[in-house]
Amino acid sequence: MTDTAVTTTDARPADARTLVKVDDLARYFDVSPPLLNRLIERTGRAVVRAVDGVSFEIGRGETFSLVGESGCGKSTVARLIVGLYRPTDGSIVFDGVDMGQPGARSFRQGVQSRMQMIFQDPYASLNPRWRVTNIIAEPIHARRLLTDKAEVNRRVGELLTQVGLSPKDGEKYPHEFSGGQRQRISIARALAGEPEFLICDEPTSALDVSVQSQILNLMKELQRSFNLTYLFISHDLAVVYHVSTTVGVMYLGRLVEWAETKTLFNRPKHPYTRMLLDAIPDLEMTGRQRVPVAGEVPSPINPPSGCPFHPRCPHANARCAAERPVLRVFDDTHVACHAVEEGRLS
Amino acid sequence: MVAIDHSSGVVHRARDLAHRFFDSDIYYSFRASKVTMVAAGVTAVMFLGALFAPLLSPQNPFDPAALDLLDAFTPPVWVEGGGWKYMLGTDDQGRDLFSAILYGSRISLGVGFAAVLFAMLLGISAGLLAGYVGGKVDATIMRIADVQISFPSILIVLLIDGVLRGVLPAGRHDDLALIVVVLAIGFSSWPQFARTVRGSTLVEKNKEYVQAARVIGRQPLVIMLRHVLPNVMGPVLVIATISLAVAILSEATLSFLGVGVPPTEPSLGTLIRIGQDFLFSGEWWIVIFPGATLAILVLAVNLLGDWLRDALNPKLR
Amino acid sequence: MIVVPANQPLLEVKNLRIEFPTRRGTLVAVNDVSLHIDPGEVLGVVGESGAGKSLTGAAIIGLLEPPGRIAEGQIMLEGRRIDDLPYEEMRRIRGRRIGAIFQDPLTSLNPLYTVSRQLVETIMTHLPLSEKEARARAIELLQEVGIPSAEERVDHYPHQFSGGMRQRVVIALALCAEPRLIIADEPTTALDVSIQAQIISLLKRLCKEHQTAVMLVTHDMGVIAEAADRVAVMYSGRIAEIGPVREVVLNAKHPYTHGLMGSIPHIGHDVDELTQIQGAMPRLTEIPAGCAFNPRCPKVFDRCYHDRPDLQPVEASEVACHLYDAEERRAAAGD
Repeated sequence: MTDTAVTTTDARPADARTLVKVDDLARYFDVSPPLLNRLIERTGRAVVRAVDGVSFEIGRGETFSLVGESGCGKSTVARLIVGLYRPTDGSIVFDGVDMGQPGARSFRQGVQSRMQMIFQDPYASLNPRWRVTNIIAEPIHARRLLTDKAEVNRRVGELLTQVGLSPKDGEKYPHEFSGGQRQRISIARALAGEPEFLICDEPTSALDVSVQSQILNLMKELQRSFNLTYLFISHDLAVVYHVSTTVGVMYLGRLVEWAETKTLFNRPKHPYTRMLLDAIPDLEMTGRQRVPVAGEVPSPINPPSGCPFHPRCPHANARCAAERPVLRVFDDTHVACHAVEEGRLS
Repeated sequence: MVAIDHSSGVVHRARDLAHRFFDSDIYYSFRASKVTMVAAGVTAVMFLGALFAPLLSPQNPFDPAALDLLDAFTPPVWVEGGGWKYMLGTDDQGRDLFSAILYGSRISLGVGFAAVLFAMLLGISAGLLAGYVGGKVDATIMRIADVQISFPSILIVLLIDGVLRGVLPAGRHDDLALIVVVLAIGFSSWPQFARTVRGSTLVEKNKEYVQAARVIGRQPLVIMLRHVLPNVMGPVLVIATISLAVAILSEATLSFLGVGVPPTEPSLGTLIRIGQDFLFSGEWWIVIFPGATLAILVLAVNLLGDWLRDALNPKLR
Repeated sequence: MIVVPANQPLLEVKNLRIEFPTRRGTLVAVNDVSLHIDPGEVLGVVGESGAGKSLTGAAIIGLLEPPGRIAEGQIMLEGRRIDDLPYEEMRRIRGRRIGAIFQDPLTSLNPLYTVSRQLVETIMTHLPLSEKEARARAIELLQEVGIPSAEERVDHYPHQFSGGMRQRVVIALALCAEPRLIIADEPTTALDVSIQAQIISLLKRLCKEHQTAVMLVTHDMGVIAEAADRVAVMYSGRIAEIGPVREVVLNAKHPYTHGLMGSIPHIGHDVDELTQIQGAMPRLTEIPAGCAFNPRCPKVFDRCYHDRPDLQPVEASEVACHLYDAEERRAAAGD
């Protein structure tokens, strides 16, 4: 039991309610041209800071959502936590275990099997050559949860029923299902690994609204039944409002604000969060004009100095352009903004 | 009871598979193309002829005792002096050409299949590894493939053939000749498979189902073989078909040059080599019939390959 | 310029039916769709993927991908039938009288030509202007769609623009011959929320200024609510409900529209469960008899299984649902 020896070196977080703690997480991608081009064209290395100094905590049984526009790094955070990427810097602590610990490979795998992921594209996330039964049974085989073939089949049937499909559907291939049904299969596969923590990367953005509501309802129901914790990645603020207990807003690889859902939506602090909320279409037909956000997201290869939002921010001053704001707590909200900090913006 | 269940399950599976095949787009596009159907028919006839050569041929051309030198240079049946005993005539040894072609196709096809299988094994493994692992492994494997591709493949075949012959103990050459030819031809065509598989692997690797398998905790080898491999097999099949035609031709070339299979067990290429000596002395049939058989076989297999490429390409559907 | 009589709609689609012959029989993707668009009006067309909304738009501009074809019905632009025109004539109408904006701006722009070349070419094809005038017009258009330093940007290639800017260029391209109608197929779907708002307000403003009518095809109810004057809701190739946007969004009549509106989460609405419509839209091969929505409808009754409902006026809208048949309404009133 060398594994336990590794764990004890890590201090449990003071708050046992916390399941996942992400600290100063960073991931850079090298997008440099090939060596030959760099030599001849005399260009240097180019690095995209997809995720840069992100810290947050997810409590047990919570749904923590990350929102932001495309390219803000929210999906990269999900992939870092689930282990598809190695962090460039920072730490991820899952249930008191530092996932980045050296020499704890087998143990890390043990921890990683407690989390599962649901992907965005229901057409690409299921192997088209596998029968649904085999797709759903894969985590069972990988973790050796059951070995008897009949038992595996019974378990797969049970999972199919839980996600609203019929056990008979196991015999079919993915292409025989609609997008919504495929996403149910994806969820069943995730549940087969008996996870505590589910990472959902835009699970409904490829679906039609009427099907989206089915999947969202199913996910809520499963969360209650199995006491799951969710990390929910989405660009749709209305969906995020509906599912989350806590919301984090990302911009250009940074977490600019995170707070409890009601607090964030009712009293947004960061100017970017305010802009996003103002840009939501008005479905109530109240006549509220949506205020378009000015400008566009800059390239993450050469992000602006200081606060990454300052070129688009109506409250920016010299300090915003020079100094990078850090997350601080103001009235239950973690926010990284000089204007809020200085009281220029409340 | 259990046994019955099992067998009925197998029957059910087979029926299901057959149903899926006859209902598929591939089968539909097959039925829609007359050329392909003819090509498939020709290929099938040649396969069966080669497979059942001992049953179909009037003579065993590999058995020197069965040959009658007095019957040498008998022309085909419709030429004066020919007879039904030797339908397509005989060669300089009195070998019945019809039998020789059947047996010869057997060797040509056998060598072709074996060589392609060997190339597939090498190429798919190399391509999967290069595509999935990436980095230095990828660079190394693909540079080797590039270098090999930059030489004409027949040169590579001759080179490998020569090296293998040099390494092997003298006196066993004839016994091992077939294996040497298979290895030489197979080794010359692995880069194509590697390139294709690598390309498809790079695409598949980034699909979410592969990421899902990684999240589930599957080992890279399992992911490569069980997830990626089945999804890259489409283009491989196309290349395999076309490579089969090329391999048959390469074998014929080697045999024609005299470095292929031994003349005691002639393949189509050997027959053509023997025949070309007599082309201008009037015994044209010795070279024409094996040559035509080779041309038709290669053309048919190539046409099948072309069709398969179009049928598996969703853009052309 | 043809002056459209006040009472004549700009575009009129009558009983449109689009079929796809396949080896397993003919699929009917759009069936008996009738709609009209008045000059300067924005008609939203919503529906789930596969409902036939994009095909309807493609049929109007004559860009149906074969083997899809118009099997029945007529399309009239300014009183003139356009669905049976020869290819060359239709090509001239497209661009000149009908403009198009698609979801992916990269497909509407040629990556090998500069923006100016594409704009100038289109302008000169359709308007009697010299190259110099056309270029001046192109720059003016780019300014109008909100591209900063347009004089300089006009000579850039499409890939040098960001997604939102590219969509602006596409809008400029669609507007440059001053068409009477623009078919916008999911113009904001590929864009981020913040950019989406910019593009929608731009499209709205330009159409008002140029008196251009728009057929706005989208699956996004938010975009519709904001930009459309009237909405057609499509389901399984047919129009389920069509009416003024406020009516459809706030007072949906068809059970499908009702379910659709309920299934959209709202900020500020604290519900534990969203309304959900069971099941999914049937595949084209499996459209049930009677009303296509009957397997998913919470208010289904006998007649729905064998009679296909036609559109009938209900208040300010038109609805294809048996709940609004005369006898049903009487029965409801009697309760």
